[in-house]
Amino acid sequence: MDAILIQILNGLDKGGAYALIALGLTLTFGTLGVVNFAHGALFMLGAFCAVLFNKLLTFSTKVKDESITFFDAYKEQPYLELWFGDLGTTIIDYSVPLSILFAIPVMLLIGVIMERGLIKHFYKREHADQILVTFGLAIVIQEIIRHFFGANPIPMPPPEIVSGSAPLGAMLGLNENLVYPWWRLIYLAFSLLIIGAVFAFLKFTTFGMVVRAGMADRETVELLGINVQKRFTIVFGIATVVAGLAGVMYAPILPPDYHMGMDFLVLSFVVVVVGGMGSLGGAVLAGFMLGLLQSFASMNEVKSILPGIDQIIIYLVAVVILLVRPRGLMGREGVFED
Amino acid sequence: MSIILDISSVNKTFGGLQALNDVNLKIEEGETHAIIGPNGAGKSTLLNCCIGRLIPDSGSVTFNGQNMIGMQPHDINHAGMVRIFQTPEIFPDLTLLQNVMVPALAKRDGTFKFNPFKSLSAEKAILEEAHATLADFELDKFHDQLANSISRGDKRRLELAMGIIQHPKLLLLDEPTAGMARHDTNRTIDLLNSDKMQNMTKVIIEHDMHVVFSLADRISVLVRGNIITTGTPEEIKNDPKVKEAYLGESDEGESEDE
Amino acid sequence: MFKKILASNPLIMLIFSAVVLSAPIWLAPFGANYPDLLQKFAIFGIFAVGYNILFGLTGYLSFGHATFLGIGSYTAVWSFKLLTMNILPAIVLAMIVSGLFAVVIGYLSLRRSGIYFSILTLAFAQMAYSLAYSVLTPITNGETGLQVSQQDPRVLDAMAGIAVTDGIPSTNLFGALIKSQGGYYGFYVAAVLLIIAFYISLKIFRSPFGMKLRAIKSNQTRMKYTGFNTKPYLLTAFVISGMYAGLAGGLLASIDPLAGAERMQWTASGEVVLMTILGGVGTLIGPLLGTTLIKYFENIFSALNDSELHSMFSFMPEGLQNIMVTVVSPFVGEGWHLTLGLVFMIVVIFLPGGIMQGLTHLFNFVKRLVGLGGSNKVIDNMAANDTPNNTLNKHKGEA
Repeated sequence: MDAILIQILNGLDKGGAYALIALGLTLTFGTLGVVNFAHGALFMLGAFCAVLFNKLLTFSTKVKDESITFFDAYKEQPYLELWFGDLGTTIIDYSVPLSILFAIPVMLLIGVIMERGLIKHFYKREHADQILVTFGLAIVIQEIIRHFFGANPIPMPPPEIVSGSAPLGAMLGLNENLVYPWWRLIYLAFSLLIIGAVFAFLKFTTFGMVVRAGMADRETVELLGINVQKRFTIVFGIATVVAGLAGVMYAPILPPDYHMGMDFLVLSFVVVVVGGMGSLGGAVLAGFMLGLLQSFASMNEVKSILPGIDQIIIYLVAVVILLVRPRGLMGREGVFED
Repeated sequence: MSIILDISSVNKTFGGLQALNDVNLKIEEGETHAIIGPNGAGKSTLLNCCIGRLIPDSGSVTFNGQNMIGMQPHDINHAGMVRIFQTPEIFPDLTLLQNVMVPALAKRDGTFKFNPFKSLSAEKAILEEAHATLADFELDKFHDQLANSISRGDKRRLELAMGIIQHPKLLLLDEPTAGMARHDTNRTIDLLNSDKMQNMTKVIIEHDMHVVFSLADRISVLVRGNIITTGTPEEIKNDPKVKEAYLGESDEGESEDE
Repeated sequence: MFKKILASNPLIMLIFSAVVLSAPIWLAPFGANYPDLLQKFAIFGIFAVGYNILFGLTGYLSFGHATFLGIGSYTAVWSFKLLTMNILPAIVLAMIVSGLFAVVIGYLSLRRSGIYFSILTLAFAQMAYSLAYSVLTPITNGETGLQVSQQDPRVLDAMAGIAVTDGIPSTNLFGALIKSQGGYYGFYVAAVLLIIAFYISLKIFRSPFGMKLRAIKSNQTRMKYTGFNTKPYLLTAFVISGMYAGLAGGLLASIDPLAGAERMQWTASGEVVLMTILGGVGTLIGPLLGTTLIKYFENIFSALNDSELHSMFSFMPEGLQNIMVTVVSPFVGEGWHLTLGLVFMIVVIFLPGGIMQGLTHLFNFVKRLVGLGGSNKVIDNMAANDTPNNTLNKHKGEA
């Protein structure tokens, strides 16, 4: 029972990340008609926003180490601590959540530059061309990050106060020993919050209404004389920010390295396909569903019956869905079927 | 005259819309049969039901004694029914010569043949036939140009050539002159009336009355999914029902042409 | 004259064979004539030529062809372990086994087209890769990779009375060691297979079968209404290209009897796409050009380091020299992949037809410049047969 609860939480957690990446991916599909193989790289860039922000905050200088009295010792101390004392220490401690504020403008800028500079020119090109050029871009982004940050994963601690585990068992009146990392709970809540925000934005703003109309029938929207160009840029920017935020908050769970984007890209494509190309609800549903499936498949009880199932479950589901129901769970007819 | 295509009690609905309502139509061997009717009357739906693109809700389509419903498009082609599309469906990235060679090979090779070691230039009979067919359609001078480089009128004639080279038992033409200039239209009419094609069984969907009356032996009028009458051009011209239901709107219909 | 050469198969094959077999000579000035690199040119050349039969002719973009390369390698190593160190059975088996896998994966993936097809092939490739690392460890030997050892049974060798007494056995072709002649023997074996592979590809390109594949790429719907069942055509092309990949994989293992799962990674599949596109998708010779260039520059660029860069720019004043080294160094050595990614993007953006398209433009330009004028027939004919179209992918079939 406890094991199952843990697996459910693990699955929802992973699912949250999948859903966030897939949300942006399917938004770009649906509105811009672009297959973006560099979307995983944007997730990775988000995680490295957290790394970079942490580096900036901990920009240090050499100061005399007062704690050592019998000889002159020096230690590295961040400027922030020198200037603001304990407040500085606290800020550094909270660098991951704070880097959200840093990541939003940075990712938005990256998204806008990418759309204006490259993606725009590929609206009318074949899907194969889009896949190829964004695949090239993904390699370029990934290699740039490796050049500056190296090849090794960089651990990013969550804030001290939530670095431990939540006494989940005690809270729910179950087994006292049942605990779960605080940060993972926060990630789950965060992903739900962002998903909610994106849906609310699309549902309740005029801009969102036009975007949804565009996903349903692009030509008509263009005929109405609405400036789709500008909206495309903004939609792409939003997709970039969502992927970036998913990455920022994932940094304490999985230490960022330069190729994490590729690993997540393949998975999130599968998520998008399973959910149904161009269906936002489908992407979220499929994200959580596949996260749960993957989590359950990695249980020892399951693995002993079907060895290796945890490694391939997602791809297996994707293949079956594509062959049996090519539109995915919630996809509409005719989307990307040409 | 024997019946080559027998469409009997065909119904097709899209959502709540009755696109075809109990349609009965018999095409006789050797005739040129025109189906006319205002936009949205169900003409294209009817063709699609014959060619395997759509499956009727009920009714039967019998071609040459063979049931066509549920058959794959490539099998329908080999049964001898060939369709020419309204927007030219050609192979834009192949040369004109290759465009007509492909259907000629279909006729010879069947639905699938694996012959990777046979050289194209050794296909003497096919090449000869392809050149001759292109010449019939005054296209041979472009034979080594890519098909997407020729004019729209030429593309439509090319598609016609692609159909003819298969010597179909029945040719279905979906608005063969739509979007053509008058001079191009007349050329196409002359082609379809030429000795080689005159005796081929043809079903033509057409808006342009000039074309219809120059080509058709018999005409059926389709209005809102119903065949209201079938007869010779003279009978149709003088039928008050047709005048009321269709010819009154025909000006509008013709303006649909680009 | 030019046209005649292009139209004649024996002439093309004569020139092609001469160029390939004399590669150790004419590549010497480029510093690329050592066996290791030459073998790579030939083996990945086979891979790309085969991939082009699928992607170039039908337009179906597979993102999982490295799977067949990996399967070929594993099969070949097993043949070395169980049967004989002779590479001939290994290569034949590699082609058969990858062909069988290609039948299954192709049959399922080809039920969809366009991006769905790409994702299906990607999903199968990822499954194969993950399984090779986990459950299939008894067959693949997981992360260590599959190797030959002295204790392997090698039934056929044992029957022939060949026993290995010292160390790890070496691969051979009827007794002649692959690594003999400083590795040149291995290159010539691969080169001969490349010539055969190229000849088959040439025949396919110029056969009715090849023209039908091209017609499917151009307009699949029309193909169906023209009376062709397109599925078996696509599957045949898929299986042929899978067998080419299997052959390449078997050869890789023949040169160095080792097989690892990283050979099946999807970045490896991406690489063959890149080689094909860089040279020119759908052209006969383009994929080979692409392979040679990428493998050559990979070799040169990835070996460069800062001190070598300093000596390269040593003719410059010191300040400028340092700037140049700083600018260039991210693109070489470890950063080779950055260069590769950039080249990839530039080609797709500006030259979708690859190098062959560039050459065609250049050829036309020079001709106009020289004032040969007159008919453009040669080029038109080339364009129709062997040179790329502007679009990489054109199939319109139903999903």
